[in-house]
Amino acid sequence: MRLVIDDEKCEGHGRCYSIAKELFEPDEIGNGVVIGDGVVPPELEHEARLAVENCPELAISIVDDHVEG
Amino acid sequence: MGRHEPVVDWTTDFDHTDEAYVADPFPIWDELRRSCPVAHTERYNGAWLPTRHEDIAAIAYDTDRFTSRSVVMSEFRAPLELAPEGIAPPISSDPPFHKGARRVLLPAFAPQAVDQLEWSTRAYCHELIADLKAKVAASDDPASAVVDAAEGYAQHIPVRVIATMLGLPESDGDRFRGFVNHVLEGVDKPMEERALGMGELFEYLQVQIRDHMDDPRDDLISYLLGSELDGQPLDAFHVIRTVALLLIAGIDTTWSAIGASLWHLAGHDADRRRLVTEPELLPTAMEEFLRAYAPVTMARLVREDMDYAGCPMKANDFVLLPFPAANRDPEAFERADEVIIDREVNRHAAFGLGIHRCAGSHLARMELRVALEVWLEEFPDFELADPAAVRWSGGQVRGPRVLPVRVLN
Repeated sequence: MRLVIDDEKCEGHGRCYSIAKELFEPDEIGNGVVIGDGVVPPELEHEARLAVENCPELAISIVDDHVEG
Repeated sequence: MGRHEPVVDWTTDFDHTDEAYVADPFPIWDELRRSCPVAHTERYNGAWLPTRHEDIAAIAYDTDRFTSRSVVMSEFRAPLELAPEGIAPPISSDPPFHKGARRVLLPAFAPQAVDQLEWSTRAYCHELIADLKAKVAASDDPASAVVDAAEGYAQHIPVRVIATMLGLPESDGDRFRGFVNHVLEGVDKPMEERALGMGELFEYLQVQIRDHMDDPRDDLISYLLGSELDGQPLDAFHVIRTVALLLIAGIDTTWSAIGASLWHLAGHDADRRRLVTEPELLPTAMEEFLRAYAPVTMARLVREDMDYAGCPMKANDFVLLPFPAANRDPEAFERADEVIIDREVNRHAAFGLGIHRCAGSHLARMELRVALEVWLEEFPDFELADPAAVRWSGGQVRGPRVLPVRVLN
């Protein structure tokens, strides 16, 4: 599972990097940025889901790169 | 309060300064959400009041049909000539001008910048508590003394923080509160009186900004004076209006959030005790206080005559955006009317939605968290001294202004 932020939707509420600081960080204006490649280690999946579910702008999504054929 | 007739029918004649609305707006919003999700009034020369999360979000996002030229509802509309900046950019600005005017401010209010202010904010909260403790010690019954958590604590914190940030004299705190009160709570006062109050604020800021131009220093006013917008230095008039915004928007709102949270804890023993024993829960609890007692209602103006969800809106009608009502919508939140301090999923809109998300939200959250941490550390045991004596502010910023609590040792 991998996290993606839609920059068009993010308005810098900062809920993601407050809830999951291992997965997100603020940029210089406070908008959320996914750390690294956004791939979520299994032990942080709960935090990742919470970040998605707490974004007031619905700007974060979880992409599943392992879609079965 | 108010010089208006009491409201009888909330669907066709609402008034956000009505005594019943000021004291307890929640049942009014609940009823409107069920019976008339976009209410109307002829007061204020025509205005609308959506109460569902869906409508409030849709209007906040629709900057084409709803302009931010006036964001505080009164009889007055900012004249069209003030567009695109509006009275106090960027809150009163529309796209595309809005983006640049906001971009200038954001780095100063980003989490990294706010972190730098935490230490001094905490020290100041301890100072305020020390003053309250001295009062408690000098009272007739120090084991159970009454202090005012709004007047003696909450109201001072954002005034000091924003004054320090802007580079305004700390000793002018009372004057700031006077300005704020005038702009936000005097909406039902006659126009001449309102204009006079605004004039005083701008005169005060003019002197301060001239002083910063002559003698630049390391603060937000000097930073703004040195900033550029579209390759041009920000002019002094823009800076004055933005500083007026920061002063007004930064004080009443945070004061209200701190006060409402303390009010909740003073009246809910189990929640208070849990936060004393589990301080790590505070960031989550704080978001719930922000959801349940969101202080701020914004406003927009209808740009042109149009139909919104069957409502015949006219150009220059006001539309209130009661974010606290959105936060209590059962369609958007489970158990919306309950305060659940460990609520994990909490997509609240206390700081607004879309391009006008409160630019000071990170600062407000830091102040709220530190204020609550220090209070709970110093006064872990307290209760409402007289629930009937609590007074809430009217207008578009809601919070306790009189909050007597009994601190128990």
